[in-house]
Amino acid sequence: MNSRERPLSPHLSIYRWPITMTLSILHRVTGVALSIGFVLLAAWLLSAAAGADAHDRFAELMQSAGGRVVLTLLSLAFFYHLANGVRHLIWDLGYGFEIREANASSWVVIVSAILLTLLYWLAL
Amino acid sequence: MTDRRTPMARVLGYGSAKVGTEHWWTQRVSSVAILILGIWFLIGLAQLPGYDHANVTEWLGSPVSAVLMLLLVVSIARHSDLGIQVVIEDYVHQPLLKVVSVVVSRFLHVLVAAASVFALLGVAFR
Repeated sequence: MNSRERPLSPHLSIYRWPITMTLSILHRVTGVALSIGFVLLAAWLLSAAAGADAHDRFAELMQSAGGRVVLTLLSLAFFYHLANGVRHLIWDLGYGFEIREANASSWVVIVSAILLTLLYWLAL
Repeated sequence: MTDRRTPMARVLGYGSAKVGTEHWWTQRVSSVAILILGIWFLIGLAQLPGYDHANVTEWLGSPVSAVLMLLLVVSIARHSDLGIQVVIEDYVHQPLLKVVSVVVSRFLHVLVAAASVFALLGVAFR
């Protein structure tokens, strides 16, 4: 059987990068990051159960420069995943599927995630 | 076309996939739980007067916080397990490695959840 050049269906590289694709990828990336954050949350709870020494060492680590960077990024990941998760739930209810709406809600999610993170850390 | 399925198969309506919408639906329900409990947790955390052991255990050890925190941890474990499962199924193509990865991920999620619940009970009944 000879292998002639067959036309291929257009794939990722052929399209102009849509904003919705970025959000979809970010939803997965932040989800995996938050799964790792879950381990950190468990470590914190275990340290609290272990006693004052263990807990305060953990708290000190989290309040160090590196710890603050990790927590800030995790909070941004949480608020992003939360905002985009609500967007997914709205889709599940059957709304917002038009391209114009999906693009607009993309920006709403990005702005919300950043604002919620800023608001949270300034309130804290 | 004649429907050759047994009455039971027709009632269950699963076809050859053997599972229905549990995965999808559980992912949604756990997301709503985390949406509510997660916001409660972050607000409570922000309102603590300090992050030393005494303040933290007083908060986490109170009955309301302990129960809500327990529910949050279990919801996160369930949601994360389902999410990571999808990621594994998308990127690991070798069939045996795929199944092993999903099972290992599930074990780890149950482990982290059990450890968290154990720790919370320890703080609550200290």
